[in-house]
Amino acid sequence: MARAISKKNKIINSLIAWTIGLIIFFPILWIIILSFKTEGDAIRSPIAVIFSNWTFENYFVVQDRSDYFKHFYNSVFIAFGSTFLGILIAVPASWSMAFVPSKRTRGILLWMLSTKMLPAVGVLYPIYILFIALGILDSRVGLVVVLMLMNLPIIVWMLYTYFREIPEEILEASRIDGAGLREEILFVLTPMALPGIASTVLLNIILAWNEAFWTLNLTAAKAAPLTAFIASYSSPEGLFYAKLSAASVMAIAPILIMGWFSQKQLVRGLTFGAVK
Amino acid sequence: MSTQQSRSAAKLMLAPAVFLLMAWMLVPLSMTLYFSFKKYLPLRGGDLGWVGFDNYTRFVSSSSFWPAIGTTFLIVGGVLVITVMLGILFALLLDQPFWGQGIVRIMFIAPFFVMPTVSGLVWKNMFMDPVNGFFAHLSKAFGSDPIQWLSQESILSLTIILSWQWLPFATLILLTAIQSLDSDQIEAAEMDGARLLGRFWFIIIPHLARAITIVILIQTIFLLAIFAEIFVTTAGAFGTKTLTYLIFQRVLESQNVGLGSAGGVYAIILANIIAIFLMRIVGKNLSD
Repeated sequence: MARAISKKNKIINSLIAWTIGLIIFFPILWIIILSFKTEGDAIRSPIAVIFSNWTFENYFVVQDRSDYFKHFYNSVFIAFGSTFLGILIAVPASWSMAFVPSKRTRGILLWMLSTKMLPAVGVLYPIYILFIALGILDSRVGLVVVLMLMNLPIIVWMLYTYFREIPEEILEASRIDGAGLREEILFVLTPMALPGIASTVLLNIILAWNEAFWTLNLTAAKAAPLTAFIASYSSPEGLFYAKLSAASVMAIAPILIMGWFSQKQLVRGLTFGAVK
Repeated sequence: MSTQQSRSAAKLMLAPAVFLLMAWMLVPLSMTLYFSFKKYLPLRGGDLGWVGFDNYTRFVSSSSFWPAIGTTFLIVGGVLVITVMLGILFALLLDQPFWGQGIVRIMFIAPFFVMPTVSGLVWKNMFMDPVNGFFAHLSKAFGSDPIQWLSQESILSLTIILSWQWLPFATLILLTAIQSLDSDQIEAAEMDGARLLGRFWFIIIPHLARAITIVILIQTIFLLAIFAEIFVTTAGAFGTKTLTYLIFQRVLESQNVGLGSAGGVYAIILANIIAIFLMRIVGKNLSD
């Protein structure tokens, strides 16, 4: 509903929007600043912090002392692994529900959604002892499986809403031209579905990267991703603001960048297509 | 126009997803149900037999149950009120024309992408720490005593942290909904002499009703399950034990699995009540 407005109003709007925007963004901006300060400077008053010297030291210290890249690798493995596996399982399922709907499709979709509503803490102990029994406690593979299952309903739903937007006439035309099911999926459907699949992938990497219930409860030293690594700063020794800032910036930067690209898909994905 | 062949192919393609989700739901759920009827203490004797509904009554009659319900209610309610009200205002603001819309939108959305452990620890230390935190420095600059945020105003503190995290979600969804509002409608109302407040109450709010409902329902489900933010800030101390956190402590910290499982069943029932409303809205959208 953007309409033409006077220049004066535009100036006022800009001022208000930028002020509020900066306030909301400030905590992130602040840790970016702190991450380039020494520990001693990082706890000084805000003005003293800004005018103190800048340093890259923290980024090296975090890597040296706590092997940051091991945790980074775990996060990448878990986020990408669970998303890839989820897509592999969800694409055929969503395809079949979008293009060959039956009486049960609606029920199945809603039931899948309902599994997403199950509070994780309600099944914490069963999953915990199943992981011990299977020998996958504190393993990356175990987390890939759990996060895949957790996000599978969202993946199926998102893909379903994207697939439904593909006009059926095109598929029918290809069938008349003699395309089999395999050709239809490979050469007609996939190219048209790629943008939708790409944004589904993006959103699910973000969700898996930031997941902090199962990653905290099912990992220890070996498979801990960045969420759990950062949590180890909750009982620190000595000064740690600058190091925590550096570790935090490195943990959120990749996802912040991905997130900016997926703003629009975020709404669709998180509301299960109810708001587009 | 589906042939018999494509129909059976479709079933085959759907099967893995359905089977996996079925297992993911049924196996742990039935185990939780099973444990909830047992006295089960893995570190103190293991399986001590069936106890009927004993765990269910003990869970609700324990001294920490009602405080946990109260905390949950305050935090979830507080965050909902703040995010929905500010979300509407911010969405209206972002919908106006101004310079640098792209950058400002990014700043508004950014907190949503910050992982829960980072936002919990950053707020706890860099902002709410009573000695070195940003707020403490501000208080000192104004000559007042720093507030002991997480120990004395613990629920307010967590509400602030969580609102910061969820405000982008509410704003983004409400903005998307506002942008689908027909500007002709607004202009017509303007010509009919409707005042700003009148336009807001009688055109914009009714138009947003559905989006607001969705924001409330989805956020409630996520907020009932918050864990990491409490885990890294207060670890359940200072009256910040929510229902989720209480169950976590029963199950993993004190290893009273029977009791915790009964709590888990309560949490599942609670989440399902809210989910039913959400599914009704989403389901309606499906048949459109």
